[in-house]
Amino acid sequence: MDALFAQLFAGLSLGSVLLLAALGLALTFGQMGVINMAHGEFMMAGAYTAFVVQSVVGDAGLSLFVSLPAGFLVGGALGVLLEATLLRRMYHRPLDTLLVTWGVALILQQLARDIFGAPNVEVRAPGWLSGNVDLGLLQVSSARLFIIVLSVAAVVGLGVLLKTSPLGRRIRGTVQSRDLAETVGVSTRATDRMTFFIGSGLAGVAGVALTLLGSTGPTLGTNYIVDAFLVVVAGGIGQIKGCVIAAFGLGTLQAAFEYSTTASLAKVAVLVVVVVFLQARPQGIFSVKTRSLV
Amino acid sequence: MDTSSDSVKVGFVNSLSGTMAISEQTVHDSLQLAAEQINDSGGVLGKQLDVVSEDGASEPTVFAEKAGKLISDDCVAAVFGGWTSSSRKAMLPVVEGANSLLFYPVQYEGLEASDNIFYTGATTNQQIVPALDYLAEQGTESLFLVGSDYVFPRTANKIIKQYAKAHDIEIAGEQYAPLGHTDFSTISNKVKAAGADAVFNTLNGDSNVAFFKEYRNSGLTADDMPVMSVSIAEEEVDGIGLRNLEGQLTAWNYYQTVDTPENEKFVEAFRSEYGDDRVTSDPMEAAYTSLYLWKEMVEKAESFATDDVREAAGGVTFDAPEGTVTVNGDNQHIAKTSRVGAVGDDGLIHTVWDSGEPIEPDPFLESYDWAEGLSAG
Repeated sequence: MDALFAQLFAGLSLGSVLLLAALGLALTFGQMGVINMAHGEFMMAGAYTAFVVQSVVGDAGLSLFVSLPAGFLVGGALGVLLEATLLRRMYHRPLDTLLVTWGVALILQQLARDIFGAPNVEVRAPGWLSGNVDLGLLQVSSARLFIIVLSVAAVVGLGVLLKTSPLGRRIRGTVQSRDLAETVGVSTRATDRMTFFIGSGLAGVAGVALTLLGSTGPTLGTNYIVDAFLVVVAGGIGQIKGCVIAAFGLGTLQAAFEYSTTASLAKVAVLVVVVVFLQARPQGIFSVKTRSLV
Repeated sequence: MDTSSDSVKVGFVNSLSGTMAISEQTVHDSLQLAAEQINDSGGVLGKQLDVVSEDGASEPTVFAEKAGKLISDDCVAAVFGGWTSSSRKAMLPVVEGANSLLFYPVQYEGLEASDNIFYTGATTNQQIVPALDYLAEQGTESLFLVGSDYVFPRTANKIIKQYAKAHDIEIAGEQYAPLGHTDFSTISNKVKAAGADAVFNTLNGDSNVAFFKEYRNSGLTADDMPVMSVSIAEEEVDGIGLRNLEGQLTAWNYYQTVDTPENEKFVEAFRSEYGDDRVTSDPMEAAYTSLYLWKEMVEKAESFATDDVREAAGGVTFDAPEGTVTVNGDNQHIAKTSRVGAVGDDGLIHTVWDSGEPIEPDPFLESYDWAEGLSAG
């Protein structure tokens, strides 16, 4: 029984990590159709932001709360830079964006290596996030609990932004019909840039959070990028709720498979499930209804 | 090879780019240090060493190609380097075909002995077997095996399971994670549920960071369930985080803290060359030693020719930082002292047990009854 709860929590936690990694992609890939292979490197930039902030601030607890917004800004700034210099020239050439952003990813990795050195760096977790808390039924890692809370907060924040704010309305309008949005006076250029800022910023936040669980090194992003795309594709392009369901679904599946088999087999099994699912439902769990003809 | 001038070429092939650069750059640095020191003290047979460096780029095929280039284009007297077993296996046919010499400085899974390779890192009976002996001596009755999913951990675990069967140690579980795996919550749950006396860890690279963070966060400690690692050296401690690693065990032949006059000199020379923030580790020491061993062999043979050097190799000794090492002429590995260390609060690894004297290399584990049949499989 204990093992069941422990695995349920492991699945939930893995889901929240996937969700954090994929949420930004759901915006940039899902809403804008940009295949951004450098998304993982924006996460890496967020993780290094946490490292830099910690070496300036010192205190691990305070620096975590400074790092989260700082990571958002750094990720977002990198995203805007990428959008303004390269991506805006190739919105209708998805294969080109794939190659270009892959190249950008490699450049960013090497840049990190040159600035911070090839070995991993350590970002200390605050005292209250290392160790575990007793929830009665089971003991759970407090860092993982924190990440679950953070991912829920990110989803709620993003949901509120898209549903209620003027910017959110512009983003949704642009996704549903770019031409019509332009006709009624929405600056789709500015909207695109803002969307990319938020999506990339979320990657930065994910990077900060991941320092609590894993390594902080130049290749951090490459460990997550494939899983993140998997979540967005399975969830259905253009839908935040699909992304949430897919992330927690895949996380739980991975944890369940891994418990009954091995980590390698579980990865295979999850991929097979996603492939079979997409055969039956190519548009993912949810799909957005647009009025565009193409 | 050209030995008519007053210098002789040696080739270094290490990954200076790609995923392995993080480890192999350090080996390259200590090889360079050894070459400089040898040149300062008069060279080898009166000839200065002329180092030709190549980048293996973390790709076995590149290692093979660069080793070939060093041997046939640069006409080096010997090649030094390689890290992963796949890089060594890729270079093996090249050095054998050209009848040249490769000095390989990293601990590996054993079961190999080429006439054209000198293995200056530990083979299994100088690292894994002593580590198991130590754990058994500490009263360990059950072990949990965690490793990355590739050749070294799987071979190592095959040996460990055979050892365990002969020594009444129960294997409480065996888990492999793909290279680069970042989520260890399930594996850590399994380790916790199995409740073994100790964990034997053959994970490689970044996975160690995620594993040790998870291990500590799930409430497991070095006191109740120590982890014995064979791939974590001084350089990795910072990246994993000292607090996640303190008290955990490692098995190697050398630590920066080893107390010999030779090591004091080695550490001091390394730091004055590369900076006080640098640490020295087992593969670096084995690489440094390999160049000196080659020098001793050449001087004993009074020749740079491969066959003469090989002929002279048996019994050559060197007072290495880890203590005196001796070349075994039959399998071309070296007799080394084995050490179990614990990570201390200073971020360095301190010896808690050593074998007292150098252990003769036995790459095929032929002198161990329990290991019968292993080399065949």
